[in-house]
Amino acid sequence: MIDQSVCLAGVTLKNPIVAASGTFGFGREYGTFYDLSELGAICVKGLTPRRREGNPPPRIAETPMGIINSVGLQNPGVDAFIAAELPELRRHDVKIIANISGDTPEEYGEMCEKLSAAGVDLVEVNISCPNVKAGGLAYGTKPELAAEVTALAKRHSTVPVMVKLSPNVTDITEIAKAVAEAGADALSLINTLRGMRIDVNTRRPILRQNTGGLSGPAVLPVAVRMVWEVACAVKLPILGMGGVSCGSDAVQLMLAGASAVAVGTACFTDPYAPVKVRDELTQIAQSQGHGRVAELTGGVLPW
Amino acid sequence: MSLQKICEIIAAEPLTPHAYSITLEAGRIAEEARAGQFVHIRCGDGLLLRRPISICDVNGSRLRIVFEVRGEGTRWLALRGAGEALDVLGPLGHGFDLTGEKLLLVGGGIGVPPMLHTANCSGGEVHAALGFRSADRAMLISEFQQAAKTVAVASDDGSIGVHGYVDGLVREAAARENGFSAILACGPKPMLRSVAAVAAELQIPCQVSMEERMGCGVGACLVCACKTADGHYRHACKDGPVFRAEEVCWDD
Repeated sequence: MIDQSVCLAGVTLKNPIVAASGTFGFGREYGTFYDLSELGAICVKGLTPRRREGNPPPRIAETPMGIINSVGLQNPGVDAFIAAELPELRRHDVKIIANISGDTPEEYGEMCEKLSAAGVDLVEVNISCPNVKAGGLAYGTKPELAAEVTALAKRHSTVPVMVKLSPNVTDITEIAKAVAEAGADALSLINTLRGMRIDVNTRRPILRQNTGGLSGPAVLPVAVRMVWEVACAVKLPILGMGGVSCGSDAVQLMLAGASAVAVGTACFTDPYAPVKVRDELTQIAQSQGHGRVAELTGGVLPW
Repeated sequence: MSLQKICEIIAAEPLTPHAYSITLEAGRIAEEARAGQFVHIRCGDGLLLRRPISICDVNGSRLRIVFEVRGEGTRWLALRGAGEALDVLGPLGHGFDLTGEKLLLVGGGIGVPPMLHTANCSGGEVHAALGFRSADRAMLISEFQQAAKTVAVASDDGSIGVHGYVDGLVREAAARENGFSAILACGPKPMLRSVAAVAAELQIPCQVSMEERMGCGVGACLVCACKTADGHYRHACKDGPVFRAEEVCWDD
């Protein structure tokens, strides 16, 4: 049997499949369909220092092979997560990644302290949410701000810090390098691409916030390209994501340089998508004669 | 407990020029379905989002849905025929509380079908008030006559039943019949708002089934947000679709 385990910033995942933040809640819902221990890791719904209500609806619009969302980081707050959700998640044999967003660099630091102490395995610093005004994307598009947030998160965290990068930039390697220099242990990419859809009859945008973040199979080629560019530019391990809905999609991201792969939007079409992607990826690696799926990472043969 | 199942279509037929009926062999999804719950149906390979469709009726392991063509997904669904299969997730959501001796069920437009299942699930006396835009959109009236003690119909243009809205029918039913334990309603938000207002005035507990653009259908993605009276957002797919009327923020 092929070895499915991979290493992400010193954390060993039993397989490379991660549930992507924002698509999997805190695991309770999909946990009724299959054992969460089937996954390598779960990246939980984005957390903020205090409870957030999120944006007014409609929060979702369908597009060709994609969706645009504008949830706006609705979550119960980091303390409620630690008290009510983390113990439940900990009952499963799966690594837990806490995704965090703050309004100030200090807020990122505070959350890192609390979450490290509470025993999450990894922190994913979200500097790329397109759907909130403060923090979010503002930090993710400016190298010096991205570095500042990363440094603070690192200083306050005792677990590895992964920084989630935005594709809504001219040169993603510029941000990646800044974040790497500031001490990040890993990078995750891509967050959603900003998009918009308009109802031609009412002339109103479908989303109440007018714009949102595009995800789904439509963004896969962008994700593959960006993972490849970042892998070429920095030495850090990468959690690749963006439009993965089958094993070969995940293999593409690994060949481009990802050590692990997150599955998100595909869950909405098929709740079992992460498990199916894992099995198909393993099958492909095995059929290509690999002894470990980790051998796929960076295996692209560019022209 | 909800599950995903490939379900064979037993029967598929148009009910009106706008609404279609599909009966599925749905196994446990049908057996476990409770009043006011819904199923989340995949509509072809090109559309990523499933379509939430209310449960119109259940007979053993067979489940019937009735839906209107609203867009690409429901158009695809309307073209399915007997012998084909659908990828169904369900039963989903928090349904109606059927506690009470005597229930008034109110349906408006495509909110009418789930009230039939609700009527058939109820153990007590049931009365129905149904509203349609016009006679050519009226449906399921004879089924309601089997399931309910009385059935009142209204239409926006007067082409069938009383010329007017269902909140008028609710007032009439409450005046005629003594002591409704509860009013349960499904339909467009303006209709639900006026039914909730009448129920509050008559001091009858009211539950409403809300609709919102939906993603995962199970409570994980948080897109189908419904604002509640306390200023928070809850979610149509998991906390709802049925809420107590006083929980809902009716302002927008």
